[in-house]
Amino acid sequence: MDMNEIKEIFFQECEEQLAELESGLLKLNDGDRDPETVNAVFRAVHSIKGGAGAFGLDDLVSFAHVFETTLDCVRSNKLEPTQDVLKVMLKSADVLADLTNAARDGGSVDEARSRTLIRELEALAHGEAPAAAEAPAPKPAAAAPKAAAPAPVVEKPPVNDEGFQPIPFSFGDFDEEPADRYVPTCQVVFKPKKDLYAKGNEAVLLLRDVSRLGEMSVYCDMDSLPPLDKMNPEEAYFSWKISVTTDKGEDGVRSVFEFAEWDCDLDIHTIEEDVVGEASDDEELPMQPVPFDLSMLDEGGPSAGGEEEPTAVEGDAAAAVAAAETATKVSQAASRAAENAKAAASAAGAAQANQAAAAGQTIRVDLDRVDRLINLVGELVINQAMLSQSVVENDNNGASSINMGLEELQQLTREIQDSVMAIRAQPVKPVFQRMARTVREIADITGKSVRLITEGENTEVDKTVIDKLAEPLTHMIRNAVDHGLEMPEKREALGKNPEGTVRLTAKHRSGRIVIELADDGAGINREKVRQKAIDNDLIAADANLSDEEIDNLIFHAGFSTADKVSDLSGRGVGMDVVKRSIQALGGRISISSKPGQGSVFTMSLPLTLAVLDGMVVTVAGQTLVVPLTAIVETLQPEASAIHSFGASQRLISIRNSFCPLVDVGRILNFRTIQANPIEGVALLVESEGGGQRALMVDAIQGQRQVVIKSLEANYTHVPGIAAATILGDGRVALILDVDAVVAASRGQSLKQDISLAATG
Amino acid sequence: MTTYAVKNLTHGRELIAFRIGEQEFCVNIMSVREIRGWTPATSMPHAPPYVLGVINLRGAVLPIVDLSLRLGMKPAEPTVRHVIIVAQVGPKVVGLLVDAVSDILTVTNENIQPTPDIANEAEKAYARGILAIEGRMICLIELDSLFPHTESEAA
Repeated sequence: MDMNEIKEIFFQECEEQLAELESGLLKLNDGDRDPETVNAVFRAVHSIKGGAGAFGLDDLVSFAHVFETTLDCVRSNKLEPTQDVLKVMLKSADVLADLTNAARDGGSVDEARSRTLIRELEALAHGEAPAAAEAPAPKPAAAAPKAAAPAPVVEKPPVNDEGFQPIPFSFGDFDEEPADRYVPTCQVVFKPKKDLYAKGNEAVLLLRDVSRLGEMSVYCDMDSLPPLDKMNPEEAYFSWKISVTTDKGEDGVRSVFEFAEWDCDLDIHTIEEDVVGEASDDEELPMQPVPFDLSMLDEGGPSAGGEEEPTAVEGDAAAAVAAAETATKVSQAASRAAENAKAAASAAGAAQANQAAAAGQTIRVDLDRVDRLINLVGELVINQAMLSQSVVENDNNGASSINMGLEELQQLTREIQDSVMAIRAQPVKPVFQRMARTVREIADITGKSVRLITEGENTEVDKTVIDKLAEPLTHMIRNAVDHGLEMPEKREALGKNPEGTVRLTAKHRSGRIVIELADDGAGINREKVRQKAIDNDLIAADANLSDEEIDNLIFHAGFSTADKVSDLSGRGVGMDVVKRSIQALGGRISISSKPGQGSVFTMSLPLTLAVLDGMVVTVAGQTLVVPLTAIVETLQPEASAIHSFGASQRLISIRNSFCPLVDVGRILNFRTIQANPIEGVALLVESEGGGQRALMVDAIQGQRQVVIKSLEANYTHVPGIAAATILGDGRVALILDVDAVVAASRGQSLKQDISLAATG
Repeated sequence: MTTYAVKNLTHGRELIAFRIGEQEFCVNIMSVREIRGWTPATSMPHAPPYVLGVINLRGAVLPIVDLSLRLGMKPAEPTVRHVIIVAQVGPKVVGLLVDAVSDILTVTNENIQPTPDIANEAEKAYARGILAIEGRMICLIELDSLFPHTESEAA
């Protein structure tokens, strides 16, 4: 593995850390005060800093360092994470992301911006930092980060007679069974003199270092503590008795005290193994154990000084006693505290390992490999279908063993396909998180106050869709904030909350992913849009357009209603680009707007590559596939149920309700005259718009699972057609876009784009 | 097969020549992916007349264009004798229906004569030049200009 590959992995991890960072900050912003959230945020920045340091990315390191310092203040409760503080932090997270991108792809960052933020962060860190030297409240044990198990102990059994070479085996998981361990235990008596504190050393830090060597139990001897009135604040009164089980041996322990040796009484000796059992059994100990809560180490340690020490211990005593109630062994409490300290103070390594363990094991796989697998499975499904078909053609007796085998094969291929698809499916969360940043930036520039609410972030969709979603969404969010929302003063005057709301929702609906972007702004000014369309020759001056049609005009090229063109949006390239990129993904976009209440953009996107259960039908000699999810029921119309309505419309009565009859063949231009409904089959469908329609097809061939093939890859988006597939006979069949067909039957032409363009 | 080759191959480029009706055309060999026989295509709604439909090319959906109609000549009536030239046009792959593939030519730029002035706008748009080879006239076609963004206007 060369350096570049490692670097690539680092940047991938950076992305994950940045996502973690942002979601953590947003949680804090929403009032989450869980110390673990703060820790997660801190870890993310710390990991980025650490990695960046290894690659010599100085800009990144220096910024991350300042950021980390400020976060540390939050972590140690020196800095209250107020909205203002978080605003700076979120911006810092953005800059950190920029710096990471710049480090990866080259390119420059807005240096002025990062410098300003560095100053702001430093101000936050210094402004309120060591004002009060009070002992911070100990964290509840439940919230303490759980570190990974102590370093695995590698045991090497002797080579046995058969020359069998044993493999070193980690006993890390079994550390409750110390019976056969050849790890020495050191007994340390540590009595600091006052010089130790005077020189700026700190007993707690030394204890923490010892705790890193292995499993440690510690007892504090407070016998020599005089009554308060006789106590000299400069004097040292405490001593500690430590027993630590470590593979570093006596020397390892001694090296911890290397710089303190002259200022304390130190007695270190290795004890026999059986003493370990005694030592960890409190009842046999000659000394009354005092539970010592090391969680204070989390807080970065109290300021140095002899007088500090007793107060801190006293302050912690109550919590420590409470902890002792639940912990039966002091050693457990101590080791937990030690782990606590380890996790908090050391690099995020341990915590990361912990996270990874919680999230299940993952591997990184090149996307190309996954795609190849998916394509192959797609071919497999088609082949399997072809095979079944030829078997059916050659064998009319359906009970043969071949048929049964084929059915099993079909189930297997289906399962394989589902599993493979699941590999590519990813939650939309990362894209939504990027939108949070967009909203912040635009809100800043426009001076509007905006709150972004996201829902359904864990909705999964194919990775390609996610990747291509970011750009159109960014455009739309910009538009929503820049054009949609009013200025705070105006909102207030209108009796609205001065803070605008933009709501981003994702959900699965009938085999597609539906993404909704709603704002509570002014809505579309239809008069203005209409006038603009007339000015730009998009429509004739006397054109009679419904509200819906006027709203849809904003998707046309060269259209912008904003009076002034801003940096963000308003160059008139926005919405038509959005529409095109959504269409390129095989999706649709629609808008509904209420004046004064805001607009809702609804994007419906396919979960591309997904398999589709479809009904194979014949229309005017063509084979089409209708997604099964859209079909409510199928029926054979009777002549008495068909009623003419107006000039060309026909309705079908189904259980005394009338439903428009739509001839699919005509809508798709496969034939020019309407088919006779009595000779065909009606498919009752429910569309996204909510209405029911009866689609007329000539015949139903059967029901089949089909692989969606993109038409856009080599051709273009076809109105009324969602995608293509390959049937058992190897021919291409088109998959009907039910919603588009229904919309077309409502009078909106499928070729609306062209007809409008032609008038211009 | 007659192969017209010039001595200086380093400056030569290879073209694939094919026949539509009485006329001969050629395209750059680099844009040709493969040549295959005609299979019935699935027709597409709302497609321009020269798009015959789509076929399955080993799992990919491939649009088939009647090149004769696209070049403004009479529509082809596909038979098993017709061939499909699978060509890369920009980011997309299209199948071009032609009567037959005749030659692989290696030519230099000197062999290519400019398109005559008499040609009308339609021909001028796709014709990049004319080759005179062994008494035949072969028109060099620029596929990119025949399918700007491949049919995106068709939607």
